[in-house]
Amino acid sequence: MITFLFAASVVLVTLLLVLELWQGSVLARHKFGFNFFRTSVWDPIFDQFGALPFIYGTLVTAGVSLLIAVPLGIGAAIFLAELAPARLSDALEFFIDLLAAVPSVIYGLLGVFIVVPLMRDYLQPALKNTLGFLPIFQGPAYGIGFLTAGIVLAIMVIPYIISVSREVLLSVPRDQREAALSLGSTRWEATWRVVVPFARGGIMGSIFLALARALGETMAVTMVIGNNPIVSASLFSPGYSIAAVIANELTEATSNLHYQSLIELGLVLFILTFVLNGLARLLIVATSQRGAGMGNA
Amino acid sequence: MNARLRWRKFLSAFMLTMTGVCALISVSVLFFILGYLVYHGGTSISWNFFTKLPAPVGEIGGGMANAIVGSGKLLLIATLFGVPIGFFGAIYLAEFSGGTTAFIVRYAADLLNGVPSIVIGIFAYALAVLPFKHFSTLAGGFALGLMMIPITLRSTEEFLRGVPKALREAAMALGASKWKTITSVIVPAAYRGILTAILLAFARVAGETAPLLFTAFGNRFWSNGWNQPTASLPAMIYTYAIAPYDDWHRQAWAAGLVLLGLILIINIVARAILSRGIAVPRA
Repeated sequence: MITFLFAASVVLVTLLLVLELWQGSVLARHKFGFNFFRTSVWDPIFDQFGALPFIYGTLVTAGVSLLIAVPLGIGAAIFLAELAPARLSDALEFFIDLLAAVPSVIYGLLGVFIVVPLMRDYLQPALKNTLGFLPIFQGPAYGIGFLTAGIVLAIMVIPYIISVSREVLLSVPRDQREAALSLGSTRWEATWRVVVPFARGGIMGSIFLALARALGETMAVTMVIGNNPIVSASLFSPGYSIAAVIANELTEATSNLHYQSLIELGLVLFILTFVLNGLARLLIVATSQRGAGMGNA
Repeated sequence: MNARLRWRKFLSAFMLTMTGVCALISVSVLFFILGYLVYHGGTSISWNFFTKLPAPVGEIGGGMANAIVGSGKLLLIATLFGVPIGFFGAIYLAEFSGGTTAFIVRYAADLLNGVPSIVIGIFAYALAVLPFKHFSTLAGGFALGLMMIPITLRSTEEFLRGVPKALREAAMALGASKWKTITSVIVPAAYRGILTAILLAFARVAGETAPLLFTAFGNRFWSNGWNQPTASLPAMIYTYAIAPYDDWHRQAWAAGLVLLGLILIINIVARAILSRGIAVPRA
């Protein structure tokens, strides 16, 4: 039963990982308790660690990325599943899959040299001139910051939303579309009022999946967010994210408490992605089965 | 046609066009990325890039030979560590297990698959770097191998399950033992799919950077043996891109082009292998 040993080692490794995160952060958890998430002083010299700026940065950048990626991704998925002929749809899906395979450090590279200058010289001044009365579009335009990180993240998660949403839309039974059309709805009405609501769960699943990716993304964010632990209402402001601070400080942690605080951040990230991935899988499976069930009936 | 109907038809045409625009924007991103990398990387890539060590800080020139070899070594260890566990684990799931055990293994693999790469890095750092008090190629390979396990496992299992039941039964009826059936009938029947799964897992970890920062670390010189820190292409791109030297930026583009080229080629080859069909029709 050698194969059993290999299979068991997968479980073992996963358990070890959880254990390591839990045990490794015990000091920080006991010392700071819930204040870890509420305070924003991150000071390795005085051994004072509050993670609010990192959590804030992670949530804001992920939020911005979803605001951009969800409409674009779902729109593209509707086109691929409902409008495009099968061959075109498959060809485009192939490119989308390749896009999903581009490593994050490459997105970071393009972010640093293409997106950041574009933001600094064009987009941020333009936003400031038109919507500058909103607090989120104020402050100097550095190019780096929450907004830039959010845009780069959006580009990275769009392929996930498209792939999964397309699959789910394709699993919606044909009868649903035909029934809507035969009742006199236009093509768009049939899609938007019948097909999309039918696939709603699976589409939500694809969004959770994308959110989990965006929260845990490290390299691209580290390269464009500015790495400055502040909580600021302005999206132009440089910030910091959980993954970025781990990447920058883990190997240089000055004290045990510093190291453990970073591991606790890793634990937070782990729990967030664990919950989101679990929800996503449930929703996607439930929706596909619903489609298959009705198709057979 | 009354005004309302005209409006509905207009809306339909407009919104459907917009979905096309969304698809166009999303797909064109890939070509933007490729275009920029070929444009910037193509002009800065040279023979030296593949054969020379990085130049001392401040000097122009040099290459990334050590990072290319380093990436190769890391990926070799990752494959040797991750693929067997994924492959044999998948055989167990598809052929031997039932019920609860299989559920637990699958669950663990899916969990591992969803873990952000930076958290994998923390784990590998705590397990393979801290106890030995130094960064090493082995630790980097271990981190990447961990990420290969769930990808290999889940897709291999799926392809093994795709092998028709009739084939299994035929082999058994001829008197083959269970193990013999697996090694000489089922695995060969699914080999294209398994190969694809392994190649995709390989391509996925080839560009991983975050776990390497804590494990393989980096090195501006050749790394001797397996127990020293080593440079790797993704980590070099990161270091060079955020450094303030123009010449380093040039080299980061070149490295990006090489890395992305490699990953896209592996992806395309993997899909080509699969699309030629699995050796036996699915039941």
